[in-house]
Order: sequence, then structure tokens, then C-alpha cells
Amino acid sequence: MITSTRNALLLSALAAVCLGAAPATAEPATLDAYARQAQAEDPSFGGFSAQRGETLFRARFASGKAETPACVTCHGDDPRMAGRTRAGKAIEPMALSVSPNRYGDIAKTEKWFRRNCDSVLGRACTAREKGDFIAFMTTQ
Amino acid sequence: MKRLLPILVCAALAAPPAMAGEHYPPVTDRLTLKECGDCHMAFQPSMLPARSWRALMVGLDDHFGENASLDPETARHIEAYLVANAGDVSRSRGFFSWRSGKMLRFLSDSETPLRISDLRCWKRMHDELPRGAFSRANVRSKANCVACHKRAAQGDYEED
Repeated sequence: MITSTRNALLLSALAAVCLGAAPATAEPATLDAYARQAQAEDPSFGGFSAQRGETLFRARFASGKAETPACVTCHGDDPRMAGRTRAGKAIEPMALSVSPNRYGDIAKTEKWFRRNCDSVLGRACTAREKGDFIAFMTTQ
Repeated sequence: MKRLLPILVCAALAAPPAMAGEHYPPVTDRLTLKECGDCHMAFQPSMLPARSWRALMVGLDDHFGENASLDPETARHIEAYLVANAGDVSRSRGFFSWRSGKMLRFLSDSETPLRISDLRCWKRMHDELPRGAFSRANVRSKANCVACHKRAAQGDYEED
């Protein structure tokens, strides 16, 4: 009985290690959802582009709120480094290599795109823009 | 003298901070800690009156220059917590809780401040700081209490 409990513990520990290590290379689940949505929004959608994502990440917009002209205003120029909110609090790095759990939760991902696209661009982002953005972060 | 009085009383309240310290009951609501704390320390609700919290929660689409909107259910929960623990509400609960509303002394009923740092008491407590103190790289904002008050999240605002 004791042995089987110990085996079960060992197995679950092993599984946790494997699962914990996996997301660093795996694509976030949200990308699939955004790909389906992008296809529905635009039948000529031909896949996400990390390059377009980087352009979006670095672009400055005059269409949003004056305090937040760009993603990099708060997230910083290097996605592998922590950003900082305007109130001074640290923001976990955006790059998937450093923050492997990012973009895994669709509700959380949507919440921040909803808020931040409105703050920075002054409008909602399209599914393609969101996917491009995450595609860029998976390369970082 | 009449104009000086509030400042003097406020100064007296804030005067022996190294010993007595400024204390505000810390936030205990999990959702409030999480959602407000995503961008800044979840400020103690007793630092503003209930009407201020209501006004803030109505305006989350443009929260000091950012969209900080929440789903309606979460927003309702957080607003109820903030209002129930607001400075003017908790102060009326009895003698032993009067201190938790001290940030609101001399605030007139016609004012609805949206920033704690706009309160006269707050300004008086910070007026000895050099110009530019809040724009230093490690501070950045008057909303960054923890930059100087290391135990601010626990409600302790001793002068560090």
C-alpha cells in the first residue's frame, strides 16, 4: 500500500516535470482559437506572422489613449525583460521563452487584449492581430 | 487660523510616524487583491469615501488613461467590497475604527476625489519630499506606495 502510494507520487511528480517543461516550446492553445476566428473574419487568412506581430508590438498609435501610445510604453522594448505599469508595478515578460504560461488561458488573454487594444489602438484588435502578436512572442 | 487648523491637525496625526505609523486595514478580498493588484497595489478602501469608489468603478473604461474594465459580475463584487469598507463607512462603525477614516479628514461632502494622492491629508503627509521624488525611476508614480512604504500592502505606512 505504501509502495503503491509512493509510486503514484513519483509518477505524478514525473508527469508534473514533463508537463511543466513542455509549454516552453509548445504553441499556446489560444493560437488555435485565434486562427479559427481569423479564418472566419477573413477567408483569405493565410496564417499568422511573427513579423507583423513585432511591428504591432513596436508601433506607436495616435488613435488610442494619450498615456499609452504603444505596447512598449508599459511592456518595454525587450519582450524577454519585465515591463512596468504606469503605476510602477512590474509586468511579467511577454516572451514565451521567459513566461511559458502566457497566452495559455483564453479568458485571461482576451481580457488583456480587450483592455490594451482599446488603450493603445483605440479599438478592438482583430483575431489576426492577436494571433500575430502571440506568434511573435513565441519566437522570443 | 481657520484655514491652518486642518493642516495642523493633519500634521499632528501624521507627525510621529516612526513610532505610531499610519495604519489602514489591509485588503482581504481575494478578487479585489487580484484585479486591482494586476496594475498597482490594491489600495486600502478606507482611504477614499464610498462615493469615490462608486465613481471609480463607473469609469473603468478610462481609468487614469487606461482601459481597466472588468466583467460586470467581478465589477459588482469589487465595488460592493470597496464601498462596504470605504473610509466614511468604516469611520461610522465606532470609536475604535475612527482612525481608518483619517485620510478623509477635512474632505467636504461636495468633493469626490478619484485619486488618494489628491486628498489634502495625503498631500500634507508627502509635502516634505523633494521635487521630482515621484518621477524617480524606482518610483514612477504617486500610486506606487510600496516604492517607499515597504509594508504598504499590509496597510502599514510608516516612513521608510
